[in-house]
Amino acid sequence: MTELHQRLADLSNDEVKRYSRHVIMPEVGMEGQRRLKASSVLLIGTGGLGSPLALYLAAAGIGRIGLVDYDVVDFTNLQRQVIHGVSTVGVSKLDSAATRMLDLNPDIAVVKYNEPLTSENALRIFSDDWDIVIDGTDNFPTRYLVNDACVKLGIPNVYGSIFRFEGQLSVFYGEQGPCYRCMFPEPPPPGLVPSCAEGGVLGILPGTIGTMQATEAIKLLLGIGDPMIGRMMLYDALEMSFHTIKIHKDPNCPVCGIAKDDIELIDYEQFCGMPAHDHSEYSSVEDAADIDIKTVTVHDVKSALENGDDVIVIDVRDPHEWDISAIDGTLRIPKPDIQLAKNGIQAGRRLLEETVLNDIPKDKTLYLHCRSGKRSADSIAFLSEIGYDLDKMYNVEGGILAWADEIDPEMPKY
Amino acid sequence: MAKVRIPTPLRAFTEGAANIDVAGATVGEALVNLVDQHPELRDHLFNDDELRSFVNVFIGDEDIRFLQGLDTEIAADESLRIIPSIAGGRR
Repeated sequence: MTELHQRLADLSNDEVKRYSRHVIMPEVGMEGQRRLKASSVLLIGTGGLGSPLALYLAAAGIGRIGLVDYDVVDFTNLQRQVIHGVSTVGVSKLDSAATRMLDLNPDIAVVKYNEPLTSENALRIFSDDWDIVIDGTDNFPTRYLVNDACVKLGIPNVYGSIFRFEGQLSVFYGEQGPCYRCMFPEPPPPGLVPSCAEGGVLGILPGTIGTMQATEAIKLLLGIGDPMIGRMMLYDALEMSFHTIKIHKDPNCPVCGIAKDDIELIDYEQFCGMPAHDHSEYSSVEDAADIDIKTVTVHDVKSALENGDDVIVIDVRDPHEWDISAIDGTLRIPKPDIQLAKNGIQAGRRLLEETVLNDIPKDKTLYLHCRSGKRSADSIAFLSEIGYDLDKMYNVEGGILAWADEIDPEMPKY
Repeated sequence: MAKVRIPTPLRAFTEGAANIDVAGATVGEALVNLVDQHPELRDHLFNDDELRSFVNVFIGDEDIRFLQGLDTEIAADESLRIIPSIAGGRR
């Protein structure tokens, strides 16, 4: 493995002292540390994976670190996004992270891109002299976008991904090995893999995977060790198992198998059938896209329940969420069960017949709620496809979060 | 019996089971046995009789696409892994 670049920057005496645990190792040495200072790494996302990445790469003395994010710090981020803190809740993640990084190491430069990564801006941002891009994003469209832009520009992409208790790590570098699309030519259908916001994630997991991504980045920059090119590490926190698999370069890969000039960035939301970020105007045709769904407020729900109206209020959240909070008097059917029924797959038909859903008359008035209103809207779309009357189904605006805000201030929010 | 390791996103269709014993002399037979045991998995793995393109199946560290695909023979003590596409990390 050769170094990615040959640039060396000078170190002050203070910097030599700061990095003394590095420079005394022959694998790094003065030259390696000077190389790290002359290096630049772009982080996509300043959240779960981005937090340990930004902290450790800043501490390690990467001279120039770029951050791409558009969010502000939310209180629920702090379970895992350790670069942020209570004092920066409500502050832009870029400013929050940059402040902490420069406090840790004032000798580095932080470049901030306060925008969602899109097909329109990716090549401009990636062309800003980055040696490595590190993918710490949270959705399939952006992962395909990061991959394609990196292959087009010949930049190694240090990939990490997490879900619940599982993590994946690899280095996708079209110049020397396979790319993301060689392993995952197509995204899974929308709805099969929930996001971390919906499916949850062990807060420590991004720390584990993010620090491994940082390790791979340093190895690539120094040209030491065996990088994860052509391999993927699979981590299971519950088993505490690490398993490495081989990834082959696909000679017919539509991206790394063609000339770089011919690689075109596409509409990745369309490709994946899902939005890339919550500022997106894209909505999947699979769920509540083009149909007009009626809504009710949480106050309507309250009075319907109190007055004993001829209405069924359905909570479509997952069972473990019912333990966190629930509205008394609701019928509980998780969205995946409704989706299975809609899909009409073998099990779905069985589920439809065996669950309470089968007892609900098709012309009954239904109020559906979830946490904030997305899954219940999707559920209404699914139910309308299997014969329930769209005119008699209502989405509860703001979900149980609105109930907590407006009806029951004692209710915990999540 | 060979074992199949089920990734987290698909455990919703195996009543939470992470490792499942399957019968069969080839990968194809083992996966058919798997979906016979857990019919809800079928549509997530197969499109008619073909493996769906986003489903990655490995024996040991090798992708079956680079072996003999569904015809790849498996020994009784070998493990199959279904490698999921997952995307979490920022939020």
